[in-house]
Amino acid sequence: MSASINLDASFAALADPTRRAILARLALGEATVNELAQPFDMTQPAISQHLKVLEEAGLITRRVDGTRRPRQLSRAGIDAMDQWLAMLRKALEKNYDRLDGVLAAMQSKETRKMR
Amino acid sequence: MSKLTLKTEGDTHIIVTRHFAAPPEAVYRAHTDPKIVQQWMLGPEGWTMPVCSADVRPGGKFRYEWKHPKKGGFYLTGEFVELKPFSKIVHVERMHLPDPTPDNHIETTFAPDGAGTLMTMRMTLPDEKTRSMMLATGMEHGMEDSYVRLESMIGDVIASPSR
Repeated sequence: MSASINLDASFAALADPTRRAILARLALGEATVNELAQPFDMTQPAISQHLKVLEEAGLITRRVDGTRRPRQLSRAGIDAMDQWLAMLRKALEKNYDRLDGVLAAMQSKETRKMR
Repeated sequence: MSKLTLKTEGDTHIIVTRHFAAPPEAVYRAHTDPKIVQQWMLGPEGWTMPVCSADVRPGGKFRYEWKHPKKGGFYLTGEFVELKPFSKIVHVERMHLPDPTPDNHIETTFAPDGAGTLMTMRMTLPDEKTRSMMLATGMEHGMEDSYVRLESMIGDVIASPSR
């Protein structure tokens, strides 16, 4: 995995709901600016601006196909971020599942004391 | 439903929420009493926390040490910034691997939620260097099997566009 992947930019890029929706659309397959602009009811320049942010974050790439420039999800960018969040999530899920058990034990002790 | 949610906010924060079937008093205690923390804040399987000490007052320090039979160990130090029983904890922490990572600022709140508690934890993301390091550490430990599909994260956002 490339160390040059800019995770700061990745997180910033994902902070915007429109950009996340664009990524969701691209997860289904590549699309041009025009194709992306339709479902979002946005102007082409507005979409282009979002694409630029996503591209600079390394999350998408553009392919040359004659006069078309379809955008695609970049695996590397997605993976880097995905993995980092997944690690954190997994550790937290484990912790809190354990805490559920600890809290249940604390409560039954309380109950016994009150009797 | 006690499912964890994890969302990014801007480019600098991560927000984690989790419901617990116990009142805020108990969940707050479980986060501040070192004897209780030691029982659950262990991360992935195989790790234990032989050292867990905390001076629970504003400005007070804490230290958690983790050990793994094969992977060695590391420790974390931090200070409490604000403690509001039983609703809020603000603290800073850093990991020592063994070189210290930059300070991570964490705000945890506990709110009554039905008969239980909704915990919300707001973390400042470490800088890029730390993230790359954490990423590298995770890969080394083979944690990538825990894959959370980005698509599911995107799905959450589409389901709640008012975010």
